[in-house]
Amino acid sequence: MTERHFDTELKCMKDGLMAMAIQVEEMIDLAIVVITKQSDAQAEQVVELDRIVDAQEVRLDCACIDLLGLRAPFATDLRFLAGCLKIIPQLERIGDHCKNIGRRGLILNRQAQVLNPDYFEKMGQAVCGMVCDSVEAFLKGDVDLANRVIKADDLVDELHHQIFGELLRQMIKDPLCIERASHLIIVNKDFERIADHATNICEEVLYILEGVNVKHPYLHQDPHD
Amino acid sequence: MEIEDPRPIPEPVVLPPPKTEPAWDRAAVAEMELALRVRKLDLWYGAKQALFGIDLDVPKNTVMSLIGPSGCGKSTLLRSLNRMNDLIDGVRIQGQVLLGDQDLYDPKVDVIELRKRMGMVFQKSNPFPKSIYENVAYGLRIHGVKDTRVLDETVERSLVGAGLWDEVKDRLKDSALGLSGGQQQRLCIARALAVKPEVILMDEPCSALDPIATGRVEELIFELKKDFTIVIVTHNMQQAARVSDFTGFFWLGKLIEVGLTKQLFTNPTQRTTEDYITGRFG
Repeated sequence: MTERHFDTELKCMKDGLMAMAIQVEEMIDLAIVVITKQSDAQAEQVVELDRIVDAQEVRLDCACIDLLGLRAPFATDLRFLAGCLKIIPQLERIGDHCKNIGRRGLILNRQAQVLNPDYFEKMGQAVCGMVCDSVEAFLKGDVDLANRVIKADDLVDELHHQIFGELLRQMIKDPLCIERASHLIIVNKDFERIADHATNICEEVLYILEGVNVKHPYLHQDPHD
Repeated sequence: MEIEDPRPIPEPVVLPPPKTEPAWDRAAVAEMELALRVRKLDLWYGAKQALFGIDLDVPKNTVMSLIGPSGCGKSTLLRSLNRMNDLIDGVRIQGQVLLGDQDLYDPKVDVIELRKRMGMVFQKSNPFPKSIYENVAYGLRIHGVKDTRVLDETVERSLVGAGLWDEVKDRLKDSALGLSGGQQQRLCIARALAVKPEVILMDEPCSALDPIATGRVEELIFELKKDFTIVIVTHNMQQAARVSDFTGFFWLGKLIEVGLTKQLFTNPTQRTTEDYITGRFG
């Protein structure tokens, strides 16, 4: 088997993506603390970290385009780089959602809690687990893990509905909490979207590994079924 | 209180059925008319076997690229398609090559007539030391055509077909050897077109050309497939990806994998193909 310098370049890309993912995972942990513990320090930190993730996105985007242009890859190499090019913005969007949670936290932290923090603790941990697993599936090339993450999105959707329902009940019960609860509805949506991005990452992982596009399963079904 | 949405309810959007298959799916390919069929072709150079049980279908009006490392048998197969290996001592061939319904290795086949139906363009352009006009007219002349009007028309049509007419129309009587490398190669293509072949075989036609001349030949290949079927051997995988509809990968005398070019270069089914096209060996 020929040693390829290209393999080193691909490994650099993978390492860069891993570094970006580690940063994003840290941001999710911080976002959970911001909402459950009402911590200003963590809120400011998560907003600040987003700049690093943005810079990583730009750097990795450029590196990806350079490799596609200069190496003109085929087969697994092509799918890997095409996949990276789509995973990078998913991670960047996760960073954005965490930053948004941080900013909203700075507003909410000055007010009384509306919701038992356990709800967002549970939601945050489920979402963080999905993101960690999606990154692991990418790094290890694990098809089973990628499929499990895609399935896990249903649980997060369920939690999202539960929290939304609970916030709605609180607002009906006490209209004075409508402003705070409205912020939390958006935070809830931010967490739910992070899980969607983890799902998208896993769809790209499956494309990289198996060359099959699994997005939007309804497109592959017979409409008459 | 229920708040009424003042906006009109939009008509439901009817989406076209999703295209989850490539433009040519397998079923469509299976129904295509075949120009060329190779069946269980074995070839030996003396005691050494160079091709092993090759089965290959080339649909009409398509471009088939043959790729693989040096010595893998792709040029041997190409030369077998118009019986150029007949000229090599010690070559033994088993199996069939069918052009339409005719077995090319049937003893009754007239090889000269066969080569009229199967034009060939070589790696190195090989114009005759004659004028541009005579190079293109040569094939017709050896087939006994003497009518000047027919010859003139054919020369013009072939040079237009090869994308060379505008560059040489004012100097048809000049020596072909005065043309640039890229022009000489297109002249050779025009020479092949003059006898109206069904299939054009190209053996690394751009390997001696600069990128601009290569680009012209590749554009030409794209145009030519409207009227001809093309089989091209190339070491340049980017070229195979750019110009061909189907690609076959050869290794150690075997056709390891053949399929739609876009499929083979994005998601090959065989590990050996994957390793070759990603540069892990070869």
